[in-house]
Amino acid sequence: MPKPQKKFLPVPYAKPADLQLAGVACTRGMRRLFEGVSFRLKAGDGLALYGPNGSGKTSLLRQIAGFLPLAAGTLSIADKAPYGVHFMGHADALKNALSVGETLAFEAALWGAPKAKDPLLDTDRWLTHLGLEGRAWQAVGDLSAGQRRRLALAKLCLAPRPIWLLDEPMTALDEAGRHLVNALAGAHLAAGGVLVASSHVPLDFTTDALTLGAAA
Amino acid sequence: MSVFWALCRQHMVLAWRGGHTTLAVAFLFIGVTLMPFGLGPELALLQALAPGLLWVVLVMTLLTSLDRVFQADYEDGSLDQMMLMPLPLEFVVLAKLLGHYIALVVPLLLAVPLAGLLLNLAPAHLPMLLLAMAAGSPALVLLGGIGASLAVSVRRGGLLTVLLSLPFYVPVMIFGAGATQQALAGEIDATRLAILCLFSLASLLAAPVAMAAALRNAVR
Repeated sequence: MPKPQKKFLPVPYAKPADLQLAGVACTRGMRRLFEGVSFRLKAGDGLALYGPNGSGKTSLLRQIAGFLPLAAGTLSIADKAPYGVHFMGHADALKNALSVGETLAFEAALWGAPKAKDPLLDTDRWLTHLGLEGRAWQAVGDLSAGQRRRLALAKLCLAPRPIWLLDEPMTALDEAGRHLVNALAGAHLAAGGVLVASSHVPLDFTTDALTLGAAA
Repeated sequence: MSVFWALCRQHMVLAWRGGHTTLAVAFLFIGVTLMPFGLGPELALLQALAPGLLWVVLVMTLLTSLDRVFQADYEDGSLDQMMLMPLPLEFVVLAKLLGHYIALVVPLLLAVPLAGLLLNLAPAHLPMLLLAMAAGSPALVLLGGIGASLAVSVRRGGLLTVLLSLPFYVPVMIFGAGATQQALAGEIDATRLAILCLFSLASLLAAPVAMAAALRNAVR
C-alpha cells in the first residue's frame, strides 16, 4: 500500500474547531429516537457513535450538519464561519456519467479548493493517494463500491473544513482503504479538526465514544 | 463564483451525456409531427394553428425534462452535499437551472424554426414567435423548477411536477401565445414581450428562494 503523501493531508485549520451539543433530541415521525445527547468536542477530538440499527446515528449526524431540525436542545459550532462542515453519508454523491478524473476536477471546483490542491495539476498523484492509480479515464459508474468510497473521500482533502461527519466511513472498504481513512482522520484531528463518525466496527482514530439507544 | 460555473458546467455535461438534450429535441419533433395527423393535412389550418401548437409542445417538452433536474441529485446524495457547498443553496439551484437552460432550452429554441416547417409556419411569424419564446422560457424553466423541487422526494414524481407547475405556466402561455397572435397580424407586440420579460425577471427573483426552501425541506 502506498503511504499517503503529506501534501494531500489536511493542514492545520485556521481556527480550532469546537462543537458543542446540549440535551439534543431527535424525533422521526412520531418516534423519539434519542434525547439528552450532550457532548463537547474540541480541536483534536474524535467521537465514535455506536448503536444498533435505527438508534439514530445517521439522524444525529444529519442534525449536526444542519439537515434535520433539533427536537430539543442546542447545538453550537464555535467557528460558525460558513461551510465549516464535511458530511459523508451512505450515498456517495458521485455521478456515474463522469470519469474519475473529471469527478476530481469538479469536486475541487465545487468545494472551492485552494489552487495548490487543485487535482487538475496533479490528477495521477491524487489517484495514487486514493488508491485509484491509472483510473483517470474510467467512468465512475464502472467502479466497485469500495473504489467509489475512496473517490468520495477526495472531497475531504480537497477543501479544508474543521468538522467532519462520517456516516459509517469503513463501509465497503478493504484493508488498504481503511488505512486510508485512518490516515486521513488522524491527520485531520492532528490539524485541529473534530470529527463524529458512526460505525458498527471499532474505529482506531476516535478518542471518545457514545452509544445511542442503549437500554435507554 | 467559480463554484457557480462549475455547478452549471457539471449539469450541462451530465445533461448531454445522459442524452437529455437529444431526448428533449426528439420529443419536440415527435410532438410536432403528431399534430398534422390529429388535425388533418390542410395547410391553411396548420399555418393558423402553428404558433399556438409550437408553444404547447415547447411547454410539454420543458415540463417532461424538468422532473429529473433535482431528483437525480436527491437520489445519489448530491443534494445533501449541495447544502454544504461554499455557495448559498439559492445560487446552487440557480446554477443548475442555468445549466439546464443552456443544455436543453437553447437547443429546443434552435429546433423551433425547423419544427415550424413541419407545421407550415409562415416565415413572417417566426421572429416574433422566437422572441416571445426566448423572453418567456426563463420563466417556464424557473417556475417548473419550483414544481420539480416540491416533488423531489416523490419517486417517479414527474407527473406531480407537471401538475404543480402547470398553473404557474398559464400566464406565460397567455401572453406568449398572445404576442404571437399579434405577429399574425404583422405587428411586433412590444408590450406583451415586456410582460414576458417581467415574468422571467420576477421568477428569477422569487423562484430560487422557493426552490431552496422546498429542497431544504426534502433533505430532512
